[in-house]
Amino acid sequence: MNVNNLLDVNDLEIVFSRRGRRDVRAVDKVSFSVAPGETVGLVGESGCGKSVTSLAIMGLLPKRGVRLGGSISFDGTELIGLPQDKLRRMRGRDLAMVFQDPMTSLNPVIPIGTQVTEVLVRHRGLSGDAARKEAADLLARVGIPDPARRLKEYPHQLSGGMRQRALIAMALAAKPRLLIADEPTTALDVTIQAQILELLKELVRESGTALIMITHDLGVVAGMCDSVHVMYSGRIVERAGRRELFGHPRHPYTGGLLASIPRLDQPRGERLEPIQGSPRDMLAWAEGCAFAPRCRNRVEECVGTPPALGPDRLRPEHELRCYNPLGGSND
Amino acid sequence: MTEQTNDDVLMSVRGLKVHFPIKKGVFVDKVVGHVRAVDGVDLDIRRGKTYGLVGESGCGKSTLGRAMLRLVEPTDGTVTFDGVEMRSLRPEPLRLLRRRLQMVFQDPLASLDPRQSVESILTEPLRTHAFKGDHGARVRELLDVVGLPANAAGRYPHEFSGGQRQRVGIARAIALNPEMIIADEPVSALDVSIQAQIVNLLEDLQEQLGLTYVVVAHDLAVVRHVSDTIGVMYLGAIVEESSSDELYAEPLHPYTIALMSAIPIPDPEVEERRERILLTGDLPSPANIPPGCRFHTRCPFRQTTRCADEVPALREIRPGRKVACHWSEEIVSGRIQAAASSHDPTATEVGLPV
Repeated sequence: MNVNNLLDVNDLEIVFSRRGRRDVRAVDKVSFSVAPGETVGLVGESGCGKSVTSLAIMGLLPKRGVRLGGSISFDGTELIGLPQDKLRRMRGRDLAMVFQDPMTSLNPVIPIGTQVTEVLVRHRGLSGDAARKEAADLLARVGIPDPARRLKEYPHQLSGGMRQRALIAMALAAKPRLLIADEPTTALDVTIQAQILELLKELVRESGTALIMITHDLGVVAGMCDSVHVMYSGRIVERAGRRELFGHPRHPYTGGLLASIPRLDQPRGERLEPIQGSPRDMLAWAEGCAFAPRCRNRVEECVGTPPALGPDRLRPEHELRCYNPLGGSND
Repeated sequence: MTEQTNDDVLMSVRGLKVHFPIKKGVFVDKVVGHVRAVDGVDLDIRRGKTYGLVGESGCGKSTLGRAMLRLVEPTDGTVTFDGVEMRSLRPEPLRLLRRRLQMVFQDPLASLDPRQSVESILTEPLRTHAFKGDHGARVRELLDVVGLPANAAGRYPHEFSGGQRQRVGIARAIALNPEMIIADEPVSALDVSIQAQIVNLLEDLQEQLGLTYVVVAHDLAVVRHVSDTIGVMYLGAIVEESSSDELYAEPLHPYTIALMSAIPIPDPEVEERRERILLTGDLPSPANIPPGCRFHTRCPFRQTTRCADEVPALREIRPGRKVACHWSEEIVSGRIQAAASSHDPTATEVGLPV
């Protein structure tokens, strides 16, 4: 572990259990770390565990029916098992999160201004006029025109892009050191998405905030993230720097994802190569590689012994969980 | 209009408008304005080809797709399908015509009845239109064509994954051997790895059955992949129409240029080289469309003359390329550059290089 890391997630396990049902292991021995000023991408399709991981970091998972294992260390403080009051002091101030759907994460019956100033009052000790002025500055900074008027408005009076900006303004209010953005632009149009992504990039550049981008959109990752972790069925299957990952995808799942999206900058007429089956067709990790039922590169070993995540001998910048990767085997 | 109706064109739309009234008042509904969802659209859909309609949410692309089937009543204009004017058709001839025109919806879970088995879903159109032949055999055939197992017939929508449900929706659409299918966001609700399967299925069916498609979607990369011709919509009107190869090579309308540059490409090398033209502000309300060019409030290429007061017509500036912009030639030749920072006081220039 690097001492410079702001966040170290180590062997994180998240198990959901309900009486009378089999346990669901949503996240299984996931480790990664984030340094200040770094943007890290967690990529995967629905159900791969990327969002639960972020909720675990924020301490937002319910206590009942959820078992957490491993460790989440933020600047030396262990977050798992941290008492609520301590966590509450950190959330918003040190760690902040932007959710996918800005309508459900804002309170519909409270004006935007009150929601933004709440953070300033709680974590920065501002009050009254000072808080209101700071709130207006924040809204202006994220590109909301006429912020003084917008502060008095309710969430439904703002457009989707503007709501997402207000949410980012709230997340930034206490100058957090780590920002988690969970599909921040999925609900938005592409032209608005471009504005929001630029805003996030600028934030990382200017304030050295560490950013975790959670997304299914490989295009967004390609433009933003320094390093990328690809998740499948609760485990990381491949990780590398973004140039390395997109230039030489090694895991058949990563390669499959890239081959199945049409690219705007490539000639038309070539057929897409989809991944067979659906994310539902998976193997339990205990029985082998979860991706094996859908994998084109499947070999005998894939079913029976689960592959381990380890350095890739052919391309040392990768870590890989695969017996028969694209572009040649390890052995 | 009639001279356009040659063999090649299956559907032709002229001056189509769909305006929804905005009503207010407690006892008497007073119409206080109109949402101009579709505001004068002309287009021709060629037989056996795919016409893609793209645009952002609220641009009227779905309403246009529905109006082509008369699922919403147009306010004005004509839709001619294979020589038949659809707006004046009485209910029964319209019902018969709809056998040849089908629709695939975005969310298969919402468009399939949860309490109907797949067999019942697929035989419903056969019964409604008195399909001659063995219905059971037709269902098995349809399942096979869309790549579902034969035992799917007895199952219910919730038992399938999203991709399989979309296959059921497609099977229902092709049950009566239609000539044309309007697909409204057919893949946007699906996981990335599944989208390609459905795109390939639609392409295979087009080849096998000689179908004509109208694909309505917000994802320009998907639309470009499947379409022969693309119409780009903004606030109820088509602002550019082009063959899909040429559209990416050289977008002509400022909105298309900005839209293209905003779409992320999954390749870091390309992403770093690209120049991004950020649009400022939000989409204006379709109840209050700006005068002059409807895009001028957000246009990075806006000029001081004409843009704000003269409505640009959709004009053919070279064969196969139509664009609704006064200054296209100047923009393409580079004589007019995008403004680096915005001139609009309410605009929000986020991260633009100054």
